[in-house]
Amino acid sequence: MKPSLDWQHDIDAIVVGASAGGVTALRELLGALPADFRPPMLIVLHLPRHRPSTIAEVLGAYCALPVYEACDKQRIERGSVMFAPPDYHMLVEDEASVALSLDEPVLFSRPAIDPLFSSAAAVFSNRLLAILLTGASTDGSNGLAAVRRAGGTAWVQAPEDATASMMPAAALAYAGAEAVLTLEEICQRMRNRA
Amino acid sequence: MRDQEAELRDLEIRLLLEAVYLRYHYDFRDYATASLRRRMTQAMMKFGCARISDLQHRLLHEPALFSQMLQYFTVQVSEMFRDPGYFLALRQHVIPVLRTYPSIKLWVAGCSSGEEVWSLAILLHEEGLLERSLIYATDINTEALKAAAGGRFDVANVAGYSKNYQASGGKASLGDYYTSAYDGVIFDRSLKKNIVFADHSLSTDSVFSEVQLVSCRNVLIYFNRALQDRAVGLFRDALVRGGFLGLGNKESLQFGTHADAFEPVVREQRIYRKIAP
Ligand SMILES: C[S@@+](CC[C@H](N)C(=O)[O-])C[C@H]1O[C@@H](n2cnc3c(N)ncnc32)[C@H](O)[C@@H]1O
Repeated sequence: MKPSLDWQHDIDAIVVGASAGGVTALRELLGALPADFRPPMLIVLHLPRHRPSTIAEVLGAYCALPVYEACDKQRIERGSVMFAPPDYHMLVEDEASVALSLDEPVLFSRPAIDPLFSSAAAVFSNRLLAILLTGASTDGSNGLAAVRRAGGTAWVQAPEDATASMMPAAALAYAGAEAVLTLEEICQRMRNRA
Repeated sequence: MRDQEAELRDLEIRLLLEAVYLRYHYDFRDYATASLRRRMTQAMMKFGCARISDLQHRLLHEPALFSQMLQYFTVQVSEMFRDPGYFLALRQHVIPVLRTYPSIKLWVAGCSSGEEVWSLAILLHEEGLLERSLIYATDINTEALKAAAGGRFDVANVAGYSKNYQASGGKASLGDYYTSAYDGVIFDRSLKKNIVFADHSLSTDSVFSEVQLVSCRNVLIYFNRALQDRAVGLFRDALVRGGFLGLGNKESLQFGTHADAFEPVVREQRIYRKIAP
């Protein structure tokens, strides 16, 4: 486990993946972000594919930072939170923008967590923090492994703390993590940025 | 700092794209990197190559492999009446203007296996405009173009298409337009009388006609900004003054250099109108 993360200098971006139980977990996580939180946060939450999503609006109400749904080539802004839109994968194109794609669903999901995590790892390598939360899927395992291979930091919600334990448990078994934390501990680290 | 392996892989991808361009004249050099990286990795696995450079070697020497690789360079995903709101907005806001032209030309750029262009043909038919329309349906993927011209779709998807069609303001039943055949459905030949299917690349080819509507959905997402600008420049040049441009749900002109040449008509459905001369 890395001793501590100096947010200002060590982390250029945070990627987050969540599935079943994710709305509640993300509400807490976004609620914990202080208004002066700098690293941009990119989130994939598994969503029904054929419905326009209101998730950014809904969760934006709980967050001190601007929360929006990505468009293609949307700029990655510091101090903001960006969600993948329904029915598109969201990929990190370069340090300043995301790109969307209609590639095949991954493990029945589009958006999926693996493409976001892997593409972010390729761009941000060791300056990336990936957080995998609750879910009843094995999406995220490959992505988390890619993040760690590239030298990034992985935090996984403790399976026993998650509404749905499969996703974090599968990722821990497959990829391991720098830290296994309860949602409250993750939120605490966000508040303290430590 | 990025690890060396990732740097090398990106370098190899660039070399491969250069090789493909020189050998086959398909230009993927300005495609969005993240998605290419992902699909090149998938292709490596599929063709049993340990490195991108191995894939490049085989591509240079085996033309047959290149046509298979086209399925990795391009993403063929489509749906009839995808985003019904888009087609509804066309009916409500674009058709009334198109109706004022004695003859109408439309361009579906990046038509893939045809779902979008057949949807548009049905819409025009129901609005009584198909007879005086000419639709250019273009793509770089010749296999997809062949499928598009066939107008045959998987029966498993038809229920979803019907739902989309209804939500898009369809005036009949989608079933009126196709006959079932084995594991597919075949759309009524008369719908494609006025469709021209053609190989055309937004990366390397130029404008070929003046048109009143360009529909280019979920194609620009695969391009980087520079190539997006090139493609939108072609649309601007092809469109008559006041002509319409429809993009995919999550695509926007906002980040490009031609933003000023267009104004939104139905913003949330990404339908724009050319204002510049
Ligand atoms: C995801 S499909 C979109 C299909 C359809 N327009 C829709 O929205 O349902 C993208 C299509 O763009 C085509 N394409 C990719 N590069 C292109 C280029 N340079 N010029 C023309 N078409 C291209 C691909 O072959 C593919 O058929």
